[in-house]
Amino acid sequence: MTIDTTPKMTWWNRLSHPGQFVALTRPLVLPLAVITCVLFAVGLWYGFFSSPPEKYMGDTVRIMYVHVPSAWLSQFVYATMAVSALGTLVWRHPMADVSMKAAAPLGAVFTVMALFTGSLWGRPTWGTFWEWDGRMTSTLVLLFIYLGIVALWRAFDDQLRAARVVAVFTLVGAVNIPIIKFSVDWWSTLHQPASVFRADGPTMPPEILTPLFVMFFAFTFMFVTLQLVAMHTEVRRRRIATLERRIARGDAR
Amino acid sequence: MIALGAHAEFIIAAYVGVFLCIAGLTAWTAIAARQSKRRLEELGDSARPGRSTP
Repeated sequence: MTIDTTPKMTWWNRLSHPGQFVALTRPLVLPLAVITCVLFAVGLWYGFFSSPPEKYMGDTVRIMYVHVPSAWLSQFVYATMAVSALGTLVWRHPMADVSMKAAAPLGAVFTVMALFTGSLWGRPTWGTFWEWDGRMTSTLVLLFIYLGIVALWRAFDDQLRAARVVAVFTLVGAVNIPIIKFSVDWWSTLHQPASVFRADGPTMPPEILTPLFVMFFAFTFMFVTLQLVAMHTEVRRRRIATLERRIARGDAR
Repeated sequence: MIALGAHAEFIIAAYVGVFLCIAGLTAWTAIAARQSKRRLEELGDSARPGRSTP
C-alpha cells in the first residue's frame, strides 16, 4: 500500500483521534458561545418584557422559562452519557468516555437547577416546596446517579478501566430516564403532565411558547459549548497524565 | 422592569439561583481549561492536542 492508495481518513476516524477532535471542534467554541449569549438575551427579553402572566400560574410562569430547559437538559445530558457509554462499551470509540466524563458534572448542575427552580415554582402554585411524588423523586434520584458517576470517575487512577465501569453504571442508571418522563402518566402526582411535547401539539399559547423555546435553545447551546470545552480539557488532562508518567519513569532510571 | 406580581420573590430567587449556577459552571469549566493548558506548557509538550507540531 502506497501513500496514494491509502484510504483517506473519514470524519469518524478523525473524531476518534483526541488531537484531531480538539483541532476540528475548537473553532466551534467561540461561535457557539456567541449564539448562546444572543439566545439568552432574546429569551430573557421575551420572558420578562413580552410574555404576559399565564391564566392560572400568573407571573410564576416566568420560572418555567428556566425550569423547563433545566429539566430537559438534566435528562438530555444523561441520554448523551448513555449513548457515550454505548460508544465506550460497543464501539470502543476513544472520545466516547471523554464525552461521558465531561458531561456528568454538567448534568448534575442542570438537575440541581431543575429541582431548585421547580421547588420555587411549587411553593406559590401547590403550596409546598417539595412533595415526594414520582416526577420529583425520580429527578432527585437522577441527581444522586450523576453524583455517583462523578465520584466513580474520581475513584479510579486508570481512566480506561474507570470508563468501562462508569459506562455499565451509566447504562443501568438510564432506566431512570423513562421513569422521569412517564412518572406523571403512571402515578398520581402534583406535577402537571406534558404540555409542550405532545402528540396533539402544545397546550400553551404562542406568547408563552416563544420565550420557552428560545430559552430551551439557549440552554442547549450552552450545554454544547461547555461540553466541548470540558472535552478539550479532559483530552489535555490525559496528555498531562501521560507526560507525567513518562517523566516519572525517566526520573526513576 | 416589569411588575412580577405577588410572587416576585420566588421568581427573582429562581433567576438568581440559575444565574449563580450558570456563572459557577462556566467559571469552573474555564478555570479547569486554563489550568490544563498551563500545565501542558509547564511540561513543555510539543504535541499539544489540537496544535500542529513544528
